[in-house]
Amino acid sequence: MTPLLTTKGLSRSFGGLHAVRDVDFQLLPGEIRAIIGPNGAGKTTFVSLVCGRIEPSTGAIVFDGDDITNLPAHQRVRRGIAYTFQITSVFANLTAYENVALSVQRALIDKHQDRAPQKRAAALHRGVMEALERTGIASHRAALAGNLSYGHQRLLEVAMGLALKPRLLILDEPTQGLSDGEIESFIGLARDISGEATVLLIEHNMQVVMALADRITVFNAGRILAEGAPEEIRSNVAVQNAYLGTAADA
Amino acid sequence: MNRPVTLPIYALHAAVIVLLFLLQFILPDFHHGVLARVMVLAVFAMGYNLLFGYAGLLSLGHAMFFSAGLYGAGLAVEHFGFGMLPAFGAGLVAGGLLGLVIGLLALRTSGVAFMIVTMMFAQVFYLVTLYFADWTHGDEGFVIAQPLRQIAIGSLHFDLTQPTTRYMTAFLLFSIVLIVTLFIVRSAHGRVLVAIRENEERTRMLGYDAFANKLAAVIVSAVICAAAGAAYAILFGYVGSTFASVQYSILPLLWVLLGGAATTLGPLLGTLFMYYVVDITSGFISAYLFIVGLALILLVLFFPKGILGTIRDRWLGWLP
Amino acid sequence: MAFFPHLLLATLEGLVTSAVLALTALGLSLVFGVMRVVNVAHGEFFMLGAVLAWAITTALGGHPAIGFLLALVVSPLIVGTVALVAERLVLRRLNYNPEATIVATIGMLYIIQQAALTLYGPDARPVEPPFSYRILLPWFGYSGYKLSIVAASILLLLATWFVLTRTKIGLIMRATQYDRETAQAFGIPVDRVYAGVFALGAMLAAVAAVLVVPISQAHYLMGLDPLLLSFIVVIIGGLGSLRGTVVAAVLIGLSDGIISVFFSPTLAKMIATLLVALVLVFRPQGLFGTAAR
Repeated sequence: MTPLLTTKGLSRSFGGLHAVRDVDFQLLPGEIRAIIGPNGAGKTTFVSLVCGRIEPSTGAIVFDGDDITNLPAHQRVRRGIAYTFQITSVFANLTAYENVALSVQRALIDKHQDRAPQKRAAALHRGVMEALERTGIASHRAALAGNLSYGHQRLLEVAMGLALKPRLLILDEPTQGLSDGEIESFIGLARDISGEATVLLIEHNMQVVMALADRITVFNAGRILAEGAPEEIRSNVAVQNAYLGTAADA
Repeated sequence: MNRPVTLPIYALHAAVIVLLFLLQFILPDFHHGVLARVMVLAVFAMGYNLLFGYAGLLSLGHAMFFSAGLYGAGLAVEHFGFGMLPAFGAGLVAGGLLGLVIGLLALRTSGVAFMIVTMMFAQVFYLVTLYFADWTHGDEGFVIAQPLRQIAIGSLHFDLTQPTTRYMTAFLLFSIVLIVTLFIVRSAHGRVLVAIRENEERTRMLGYDAFANKLAAVIVSAVICAAAGAAYAILFGYVGSTFASVQYSILPLLWVLLGGAATTLGPLLGTLFMYYVVDITSGFISAYLFIVGLALILLVLFFPKGILGTIRDRWLGWLP
Repeated sequence: MAFFPHLLLATLEGLVTSAVLALTALGLSLVFGVMRVVNVAHGEFFMLGAVLAWAITTALGGHPAIGFLLALVVSPLIVGTVALVAERLVLRRLNYNPEATIVATIGMLYIIQQAALTLYGPDARPVEPPFSYRILLPWFGYSGYKLSIVAASILLLLATWFVLTRTKIGLIMRATQYDRETAQAFGIPVDRVYAGVFALGAMLAAVAAVLVVPISQAHYLMGLDPLLLSFIVVIIGGLGSLRGTVVAAVLIGLSDGIISVFFSPTLAKMIATLLVALVLVFRPQGLFGTAAR
């Protein structure tokens, strides 16, 4: 199977700090991949390079067979890479509905769908409601995003990513700050999403990682330390030393 | 409650347009003349509002777009013998081109730097109108002679120096721009502009080209302001560098802040209100600058959303 | 006159402009650097300084030097008080939001202008220089007072530099500039620092104006040029950089002096403004400074 996403020798340094160093990475279509690693390991920098929020110092990124290294972020989104922010970044002064509508509108433009305004408006409404219902926040659609609870804002982030109809959905610590019940339903949602999109997940909660990931990539000090199926990673000594050993009790 | 309400919005805007049309028959001469002028200046404010209110880009240099229209039309008549309609067109083209160039340059910056850069470009424009005094007559300016300010379409003949024709022309321009603005802010593009204002990074990560959207907003804003300037030249017949000075960059900001930024009808309300405040107070004290200054400070301190912005927050959430 | 004496004269004039500009721009730069506030009313504080200098010397009479020296002290103090009041009443309430403070300082600009117009009138009025010694050069005589402006400016700049880099007040200001929240957490009264900085910025403009008023004239619209030139200097020098500000002031002052001797002043201003706008577009960190924090 050809990989959906490949990076070759991808590096990024800030001043003298090598945040991401020479990373070769492959992601197959349809899988759920978790990226784990201690704080400052370069996880967020790595996915930011993939989605184009920051530019690499060296290296190449290939998405679906095309080199996208030099594409601006918005064009990568149009090719199907969606990113949900680690620090919740919804439009606080717009309603939840309007937040998601911005995503749906984008997806509709790309599909060159129905030109008739009536049909377009209907398609927009359908798209928004679908994303809101799947993430379970449809009843809050009229609330200003800034007034939603923290957990609901996280879900709104996911809804906005989902509504873009992406081929690769990057979730940056989606369960951070969620309650146990919310985490449980998020796991269900992520499984559901993986039916139609490849999921790249940065996650600290090992319970979530073990429940979802087909494969796990471990970052440490800007490099890939290990990669494999969940059981392999769990039994990998280097990983235990670098990460699990310290985080397991937490 | 989910999909935006449509009917009251159209009804309200239609009512405003009908009201302005009817007012010309009942207003006494003085106020009739004032309203014609206010409608033209409100077009200037609407152009400014599109950029400042909706896209969140605070420019301190919009005098250059207004005067691009003013001079574009005025010079075309004065030096190239254009008729009124082609001259108006020349004003629009001048504004659009200037908007394109300024947009490409100034949008490389943001925030405070954007304000300073736009102010400086406007200052350059102002100095240009002074320096090429052979063409522009600098500070003194020039007057477009009354016999030139006529429009003949087929057998129809309009004399733009007539108060009634002047009012109707200003009314027509205002109505068109109001409808265009309403259409833009309710379109997909308008929603993206608001999104950029609220959170540019997030908007980009939803797949929108923020730069292209902002550039489009600058150009449309410039063309609307130039339309006001060109209309001013052909309706009132005076073209001078005062209109390019810093003050005319501050005034639309004041009008929009007063009426309510990011509301379609706020610019008209703000312009009208300010015009009468200055007019009434000038009967007691000649302190025009003081009124403007005080109004600006009081607005940002106590009333940052302006008249319509506050009404929208309190009562009418659907106001566009 | 031959070319060289002409150039010498232009350079001297340019140095005087630089000296005044450096002080004025330093005030703007401090306010922006520490408070992140773009003070559009800065030129009006300059104008107020000059108008007050005229009022003080006229009221006092007697030997021009006495009135001038008094003005040099009193005028900046009054201007500083006005700025302090404006800061307390307006800027603080806006929580120093960059955009709101710009609009508010535009408002202050108009109010101060109107006050000067109403109380002082529309005329341009001169102030007599404190002394009228002329230095005789082989080609022309040159005003000793003008050279003393340069000397006074250098002294004041050194004093400011000393305060900023060598004293506890300076340390507190720099800490506030670096990180407002942390400074607050360490018990620095950020609030009072801001008020002080805003007053100090206005006072620097006022001092510059008092120095320059004997060789130009006091007029209620005189604030616009210093404002634009200060913007230019602060941008070229790098926003919030002290050294850059002084270097840029000398550069701008000299080129302004030289260009306006040889070319039309309108053309010179036009080209300078355009160039500076382009610097801000393509090199926002200024020609000398590093990116503003």
